[in-house]
Amino acid sequence: MTSALNPRFSFETFVVGAANRLAVTAGRTVAENPGSAYNPLFIYSGSGLGKTHVLMAIGHAAKTIASQLNIEYLTLDEYVEAFHAAIAAGQGDAFRRRFQNVDVLLVDDVQFLTNRKEMQAELLRLTEALQQSGHQIVLASDRPPAEIADLDERLISRFSGGLVVDMGIPDYETRVAILRRKAEERGSKFQPGVLETVAKVEYPNVRELMGALNRLIAFQAVNDTPINAEAASKVLGIPTTSSAAASPAAASSAAASPDEFSQFLTDVTATVGKAVEAWRARVTEAVLRWEGEGYRTGRLEKLLDQEQPAAVDDAIAAYVQDVERLKALEAEVAVLDPQAAGEKVFRDPDHMDEAEAAAAKVRDGAAPPPAPSAAFPFETYVAGPSNEVALNAARDVIAKPGKKYNPLVIVGRSGLGKTHLLNAIGLELARKKNAVVACLSTQAFVDELIAAIDGNRVDWWRARYRRATALLLDDIHLLSGKERTQEELFNLFNQLVDADRQLVFTAPAHPNTLEGLEERIVSRLEGGLVTEIVEPDKELRRSVLERLLRQQHVPMEPALLDYLADRPIDSVRSLTGIVQRVVEAAAAQDAPVSAGLAREVLEGAPPPRRTTGLRTSGIVVSSAGGVRSREKMVWDWPAAGDRVIEDLR
Amino acid sequence: MSLVNFTTREITCKIVYYGPGRSGKTTNLHYVYGRVPETRRGRMVSLATQTDRTLFFDFLPIDLGQISGFSTRFQLYTVPGQVYYNATRRLVLQGADGVVFVGDSQARQLDENIESLQNLQSNLLEHGVDVRTMPFVMQYNKQDLPRELILTPADLDDALNFRSVPSFPADALHGKGVFETLKSISELVLKKLAAGSPAA
Repeated sequence: MTSALNPRFSFETFVVGAANRLAVTAGRTVAENPGSAYNPLFIYSGSGLGKTHVLMAIGHAAKTIASQLNIEYLTLDEYVEAFHAAIAAGQGDAFRRRFQNVDVLLVDDVQFLTNRKEMQAELLRLTEALQQSGHQIVLASDRPPAEIADLDERLISRFSGGLVVDMGIPDYETRVAILRRKAEERGSKFQPGVLETVAKVEYPNVRELMGALNRLIAFQAVNDTPINAEAASKVLGIPTTSSAAASPAAASSAAASPDEFSQFLTDVTATVGKAVEAWRARVTEAVLRWEGEGYRTGRLEKLLDQEQPAAVDDAIAAYVQDVERLKALEAEVAVLDPQAAGEKVFRDPDHMDEAEAAAAKVRDGAAPPPAPSAAFPFETYVAGPSNEVALNAARDVIAKPGKKYNPLVIVGRSGLGKTHLLNAIGLELARKKNAVVACLSTQAFVDELIAAIDGNRVDWWRARYRRATALLLDDIHLLSGKERTQEELFNLFNQLVDADRQLVFTAPAHPNTLEGLEERIVSRLEGGLVTEIVEPDKELRRSVLERLLRQQHVPMEPALLDYLADRPIDSVRSLTGIVQRVVEAAAAQDAPVSAGLAREVLEGAPPPRRTTGLRTSGIVVSSAGGVRSREKMVWDWPAAGDRVIEDLR
Repeated sequence: MSLVNFTTREITCKIVYYGPGRSGKTTNLHYVYGRVPETRRGRMVSLATQTDRTLFFDFLPIDLGQISGFSTRFQLYTVPGQVYYNATRRLVLQGADGVVFVGDSQARQLDENIESLQNLQSNLLEHGVDVRTMPFVMQYNKQDLPRELILTPADLDDALNFRSVPSFPADALHGKGVFETLKSISELVLKKLAAGSPAA
């Protein structure tokens, strides 16, 4: 991942002038005493003034002095890339260890820390670790730390705490020295005055100065004749006082310079250069445009790095096509999961497959959430004074979901029909057009989230529920102590309520009496309608009994109904239980279900001494026990000895 | 018209020297031919009459070598100036990237110049090309003749150059203004290329 040090970039090949002397001196000092002199050393300068050269030169010098040193040079982008790759591979710690063991870390292009909070934190941590262990860190940027937009104050102070030096534009003498050295490196010789002429031009950076030198070298190579200062000025477009190119004297044949074609060639070269560079303009324009819209433009930028890429327009067109596809995917995803739509993957045309995969994942996530159970239709829910309020509220919710009571919280002890009502509401809501009703137990909700966390599919999980037009959760008190689920529910709750989606919950007691529920959840539950279902009244019990007996095909005998309805029971579930017991007992005895039988079954409790520690009522009445009737039970056996004597007689 | 081919990395510019008969179009090409190193020029094709008048057309290919990674070639053509060769002129004009109008500076040739210019315009129109969109420069040749015989460049500009295109006084026989003209038309052609207008 890290770049190798370029062997050409050493202190020996670096031309030192007034503008960069301090940086070079600091660099040499650091190379000689890594970790002890200036740590961190922060070098900044405009583009093309030798930051990278000095950075690499420090690496070379340090390595020369102490060859065992572990030296790494990398650009910030490479660092970020390595970090992301490490995190993706679950090797975050290994990554940190690796850089903490570097003796001299050279990081280039630090200005790209802008808007990268997580990398800033990582770099801060690394800087501290390196400093503490006496390892050197050298950073280079095109601007001072304080001018790097959005840079963490701690990093600024950390960077400034070492030495911050800048490198300016080289002066005339330095420029001449640079030109001479570079010409020598290239094996080119120029007539006296040529390089000085070039050096007179104040190029904004050394790179452009090198560009001018390159043109002269190329020009000289084409012509096979040494170029003079005047020609050099012409080639480089430097205005000279002695220029007389368009002399009228040219009317004579002698005036026709033998160089005319070369001159023409130079002019055409310049024009073609500009013309051909038009593709660069087009690429740059595209980069600026799409970057402005938040898309990654790495692919286009790579084109600019090439000398002359083929089919630039095709490449731009393909890029635009990919961006359009990303836009379509993002729009599609936004409907299913607004948060997922904001993900970076939809802004990176270089990884279309990832975007497609992400969209597919969201699409999968769009599979509907658990639906209400068809076993609890609204029609079979028996109404009575004890649940009248809750039932009316349920009807209102069904009529105007999300508008009237949101959330609706049905509370009541176990077995009073909360789950039935919840599912019944869910079924009714599900009949509506485009309805997506999520109806499940809180335990299932928690389990799903855990599975999603485990499978790294939390986004998917969220997406499923965010689509719901109604969310109904049974036994909300089971959220107790489930912090993450409460957090998720809180967010989901707000989103759904904001979108006028109906929420219905059940709980064994008023939310504000439930333990282990966060205040923000409780207050939201209490903010809707909390309606209680109390113990079934006689009327309700009668209605339920009628339904139960009808289901069991038992004749509706008024005496039986009265007897059962008067039994002291506290829930519909217990009522169902006793009906079941009576019916089973009747079946075991081959007798009709009657009030007498019911009394016998329900009140004929066995003597307490035989039931100690036993669930006797079950045994006594269960057909499985083989006991046919109470009369036939031998409760008091004779003493074993008496029985034996009797037998012997 | 294939001016820039990004796939094969070639730039080919077809430049046509247009003008009335005997205005010096072929002389322009001859001068250029004489200045281009042998390695860079192709064979100049001239189909001329015995009296050295262009019968069909002249063709001079010049290879400028690799420029910015592009193999760059110029093709210089002349048209026969005589009025009765219009079909040939139209043919040569086809696919031209730029036109140099070589005018005869002699005062008595003014009408011929105007006629040729109109002929150029109509021939371009036949190809569906508006002369205003075509890279176009003027050259006033034979400026070396005695002053009393010729019109000054300013006069000629007034008379012919109503589009205010670049114009150059020239003495093609001795080379004055030849490369200036070529350079100017080349720049216009290449700049048009830079604007991205040429069809691929």
